[in-house]
Amino acid sequence: MDYLVVFKAAGLVGGLSFLMGSILALASIKLKIEVNPLVEKVLSVLPGSNCGACGKPGCEGAAEAIVAGEASYDACRAGGPEVAEAVARVLGIEAKVEENRVAPVLHCGLNRKEVAKKGFYNGVYDCLIAEQQTKGDLLCLYGCLGYGSCQKACPFNAITMDENNLPVFDLKKCTRCGVCVSTCPRGLIRFVPENARLVIKCSSKDRGKEVLSVCKKGCIACGICVKACSDGLSLVENIVVIDYEKNPDCPRGVEKCPTKCLLPYKA
Amino acid sequence: MRLLTFKGGVHPPERKELSAEKVIETAPLPSLLILPLSQHIGAPLAPVVGVGDEVREGQLIADSEAFVSAPLHAPASGRVKAIEPRLSFTGVKINSIVLEVSDSQEKTGLAPLTQADLTPEKIRKRAREAGLVGLGGAAFPTHVKLSPPSDKPIDTVLINGCECEPYLTCDYRLMLEEPEEIISGLKLIMIAVGANRGVIVVEENKRDAGQILNEIAEKEENIEVVLTKTKYPQGSEKHLIKAVLDREVPSGALPFEVGAYVQNVQTTIALSRAFWKGEPLTERVVTVSGEAVSHPKNLKVKLGTPAQDLIEFCGGFSEEPDKVIFGGPMTGFSIFDFSVPVVKGTSGILALKVGEIELGDRSNECLRCGRCLDACPVFLMPVTLANLTLAGDIDGLEAKGALDCVECGSCAFVCPTRRPLVQLIRYAKFEVLARKKK
Repeated sequence: MDYLVVFKAAGLVGGLSFLMGSILALASIKLKIEVNPLVEKVLSVLPGSNCGACGKPGCEGAAEAIVAGEASYDACRAGGPEVAEAVARVLGIEAKVEENRVAPVLHCGLNRKEVAKKGFYNGVYDCLIAEQQTKGDLLCLYGCLGYGSCQKACPFNAITMDENNLPVFDLKKCTRCGVCVSTCPRGLIRFVPENARLVIKCSSKDRGKEVLSVCKKGCIACGICVKACSDGLSLVENIVVIDYEKNPDCPRGVEKCPTKCLLPYKA
Repeated sequence: MRLLTFKGGVHPPERKELSAEKVIETAPLPSLLILPLSQHIGAPLAPVVGVGDEVREGQLIADSEAFVSAPLHAPASGRVKAIEPRLSFTGVKINSIVLEVSDSQEKTGLAPLTQADLTPEKIRKRAREAGLVGLGGAAFPTHVKLSPPSDKPIDTVLINGCECEPYLTCDYRLMLEEPEEIISGLKLIMIAVGANRGVIVVEENKRDAGQILNEIAEKEENIEVVLTKTKYPQGSEKHLIKAVLDREVPSGALPFEVGAYVQNVQTTIALSRAFWKGEPLTERVVTVSGEAVSHPKNLKVKLGTPAQDLIEFCGGFSEEPDKVIFGGPMTGFSIFDFSVPVVKGTSGILALKVGEIELGDRSNECLRCGRCLDACPVFLMPVTLANLTLAGDIDGLEAKGALDCVECGSCAFVCPTRRPLVQLIRYAKFEVLARKKK
């Protein structure tokens, strides 16, 4: 056996790899792209889940935008004040402490056992598809469809569906990124201030009689709560609207609400 | 006669025997007519009458300035009770004119036209004035269809007498009972689009209708009757052209691209009536059928008649139906409230039992058997499209031709695990279109 062949082959391959490696090493020095070290530092304090809630293509895009001044230091909605503070520290600027934190609330309080249904839905179990085509099995055109698209969309697993097929938010896991808010085809999930004292658990714009004919828990626009506390509560398009700027507390309205859709809130 | 056909498609049970031998009857006038202001493809209408107004049968009650739109006429004399959102068969509330029918009926209409008016412009104008839309189901305004671009000459007009949807027999009955009107309407369309050949296409299972039409067509120079194999969806525009003329309508294009024009039998008859007799479109023939209906019938129905009234006229339900469908069983809409009215595009009201249809969980997994690929008449890959929809891959959907889907339902019909393929692909089309608009 001619051992020389082995050495020849090893030498050839080794030589080639050395040559190629040298070219690559040279290229990496010569063709180096200047990355702003600040971007990497900012990226390291961002959550890194690439949820896209800030509107940028992932956390790297957000970091670039923040450093370039195209986005504010608190652009990361998922990170909240802690991340904003960390980003501000990296950038060397002062972070303003955000007072008005928000929390997601489902503006529907239907009871799936009582609510009037069209029939049996045997399509795709997805709210977006159901809403676009058959509108699910509820007679109410505003109520929660219950197929859990918000749960599937949540990047932080903060949503679970309860036995009534309504989403429940785990505020410890929730980062207020707002993906569920934009996912819900009926716009039922909306942010309210964390210190809010009232929520309205209905979104139906139908008149009272029509609401009652399909759901016993809907807002019938009777206006009793508005009469009890006119400051901060109003009726717009057959539904009670709460002005969170004034942040009303209305125990008499809650007590007198005939369908119990106006409820006290605690984050 | 040689039997023509196309590739792909399915053979659902025909079930036409339930109503095929029933002569068309006129349904009684209901006490209330509900007339949605958007029952065609295109711009919704604005009412030209107010609440409380007395209207006469055939009077114009709603119109629109837009080109792609078709006006609406009062189907009966009466008083406008309300103009408000009412439930339509699609499950949403549409602004509708509610008409209280009065005891004395008075008729008005358009002026009948004569031999001297046989020009393309006048025929098109009359189609618009009479509120004609495609009565096969899609409800596309006829005058728009009659106005193809001038650089695309049309040589052949096809009259669609296939009625490939199971159960429906309204077109079949009309071919048997009013063949002269079909030929007369066909001649009008040929003049309007400048075609020199007219072909009436009938499926093999309606051979007798084909023979009757053929006897009349033989006396005409440029008109012939051809038979196709009985297969779903033969009545689809693109498949009709492929089978009869062996021309393929390109992806995303309309039939005039290949010099063809397709019109449904019932629309052809309505055009002939509107032109020669000055009758606007206020009624249509609807098949009421299904195992759960006591006496299936073919009914001449005033537009706006609630489904409830028609079912009662057919003897009511013989047993509790499991599903009630507006339109044909393959492409129709399932309804949950029987007060919804018949509109221009309603070809049937079907009350079905389990056994004729299936109810059950459809959120199943794919077996990868590939039957949907064989069934798809536009040669798409339904399973791939459905999976891309679930994955949210809009680029992939567009690349795989999701927009070419004709929503015929053949794939969902053959799927052994009963996946909701059409629903998924329909959503995909919506998503792809929404992104294209951006």
